Amino acid sequence: MWTESLPFAKRFAHMTKQDKLSNSFRNQPDDRGHFGQFGGRYVAETLMPLILDLEKHYRAAQADPTFAEEFDDLLEHYVGRPSPLYFAERLTDHVRKEAPEGKGAQIWFKRDELNHTGAHKINNCIGQILLAKRMGKKRIIAETGAGQHGVATATVCARFGLPCVIYMGATDIERQKPNIFRMRLLGAEVVPVTSGSATLKDAMNDALRDWVTNVHDTFYIIGTAAGPHPYPELVRDFQSVIGREAREQMLERTGRLPDMLVAAIGGGSNAIGLFHPFLDDPDVEMLGIEAAGHGLEKEHAASLAGGKPGILHGNKTYLLQDEDGQIDEAHSISAGLDYPGIGPEHSWLKESGRVRYDSVTDTEALEAFQLLCGTEGIIPALEPSHAIAAVAREAVKMDKDQIILANLCGRGDKDIFTVAEALGTEI
Amino acid sequence: MTRLSSSFPTDRAALITFVTGGDPTAADTGAILDALVEGGADIIELGMPFTDPMADGPAIQAANIRSLSAGTKTADLFNIATDFRERHPTVPLVLMGYANPMTIRGADWFADACIDAGVDGVICVDIPVEEDDSLGDSLRAKDVAVIRLATPTTDAARLPDILKNASGFLYYVSVAGITGLQQAAQASIQEAVSRLKAGTDLPVAVGFGVRTPEQAADIGRVADGVVVGSAIVEIIAEHGADAPPHVKAYVKSLSDAIRSAR
Ligand SMILES: Cc1ncc(COP(=O)(O)O)c(C=O)c1O
Repeated sequence: MWTESLPFAKRFAHMTKQDKLSNSFRNQPDDRGHFGQFGGRYVAETLMPLILDLEKHYRAAQADPTFAEEFDDLLEHYVGRPSPLYFAERLTDHVRKEAPEGKGAQIWFKRDELNHTGAHKINNCIGQILLAKRMGKKRIIAETGAGQHGVATATVCARFGLPCVIYMGATDIERQKPNIFRMRLLGAEVVPVTSGSATLKDAMNDALRDWVTNVHDTFYIIGTAAGPHPYPELVRDFQSVIGREAREQMLERTGRLPDMLVAAIGGGSNAIGLFHPFLDDPDVEMLGIEAAGHGLEKEHAASLAGGKPGILHGNKTYLLQDEDGQIDEAHSISAGLDYPGIGPEHSWLKESGRVRYDSVTDTEALEAFQLLCGTEGIIPALEPSHAIAAVAREAVKMDKDQIILANLCGRGDKDIFTVAEALGTEI
Repeated sequence: MTRLSSSFPTDRAALITFVTGGDPTAADTGAILDALVEGGADIIELGMPFTDPMADGPAIQAANIRSLSAGTKTADLFNIATDFRERHPTVPLVLMGYANPMTIRGADWFADACIDAGVDGVICVDIPVEEDDSLGDSLRAKDVAVIRLATPTTDAARLPDILKNASGFLYYVSVAGITGLQQAAQASIQEAVSRLKAGTDLPVAVGFGVRTPEQAADIGRVADGVVVGSAIVEIIAEHGADAPPHVKAYVKSLSDAIRSAR
């Protein structure tokens, strides 16, 4: 399945004739990078020529079959794709015990936690480093929250022999220590960011400051489907390998499409990667899960549930902010979800009604984390633990013959210290 | 806006000074703005504080945090501007800041607030020409100047788009980078200014990294305006509420240098 080589232009929605149909949900963004009222290119003039150049190179790469071949080859032999599609039988049984008669959907996982480096982040990094190479860039920078994107970026930089600087909030450095060591082992310089809340949004500010200062030779590998156009589009395209594989695998294994897709949302890259290839399948329901932190009425990171549209980090999207447009600090036990914004395509999918969004608290995510360990022998990252909590909640409402598919987008090795602390255990 | 067009003298460069509004508190800003005018500033840039000032270096980032921690609101900024306009009916005042605080209540709301407060122009760091309709149309409709930024990365192909619908003056950001750190070589500034002036009748002001009276004088010899920000903000960081006399003395040293440059 994976070996058939299609140029990107054939694969990617906006380039195909069918998807130009106005009734498609896969024809975004427009030429200016807008998803409805969201998205766009809200950057300083210094960066503007660069992102126009990036877009030009991306369009050329999309039309070039060798780009797709190289991307596919690395995903297969370096990342380990396709990732398995897994029927979680014991978790399904567990959920059915609490479900009313006849209820309790089959729970399946797309196992992107088995990727090299342990999360979906590497899919996007492979795509972007190939672009950086095409553009002749000599230095790579990135922001990271959980450290997964930082590790994935450091990994591809080592693989391609490019120097790498990772910006990471000091708060996140504290709670994701194993990943700091990984990045350093891989040869990356990790720069602690102490401004603002010292988390992901501040790391992104400092990465943008670096970029604007080093425009001539530096490529910024953004880690989620956000930022100025064309980032939300290209990150989505690179991550769509998740949904394309899942769709084919599900059809092959069960002869049908899933009834519901579930994914956790930080900036929204694993979610859009799973959702996008299914957006025009009207019978497939989709659920994006934001981090409700301590609860939606307290500190949280659910920008769709608790925010409103605004402009930050190059795009217009839902943001947690006050009445003056000052950005609020987000909170989630999961560093990867601890961001006060969301990718613009999700804002658009929410407003269009195509995707439903809900949230899961720190406590619920911790319970789901343990549930998956105990029922399936899989230690998930705290980010997909949010999706797993929602899966358990939704599955009991669905019929037994229905299928719910969640993106298991990361493994939990990086989170064991955080979880131990939350459970009051010392390691 | 007419205040802006008449504020560039023909025999010397204009001195344009930046401070962050509400730093160290909203109550202190009025006296600091007065000190800028008394020191010889021709145009005042009043920074609207923002939690995430992506284009700013450490000095102005810290000023944003001081201001917001002191509780500065958008309403305070417009009050500062209104009071300034009463005390200084002829000195042009420009708001500088980021898209989100400017557009959160709608672009029309912001344009109206500018007019009511006697604000002559707006510089928005993160709204490039590509997104001009997010704010520019509303400002132009109220005759508030939309001051555009040109940078070392702005190439000849882009420049006409930037100049189209630009008003007030053209702000040349002389280094690719954030505020307050590096300074550009005089030769590159001179080359850029003549390139820009070939494309526009607007005055061209040059900023980013200007600190010393000597630098200000050098730029003043080739450009229509010199912008100084971080160096003033650092004085405010050091002296807090007692900053006005220090600010005035420093601005006077810049102003004297510019006045004797040509
Ligand atoms: C495992 C994992 N899942 C999810 C996320 C959230 O990002 P996104 O919403 O872009 O998938 C992260 C971010 O660090 C992550 O590491």
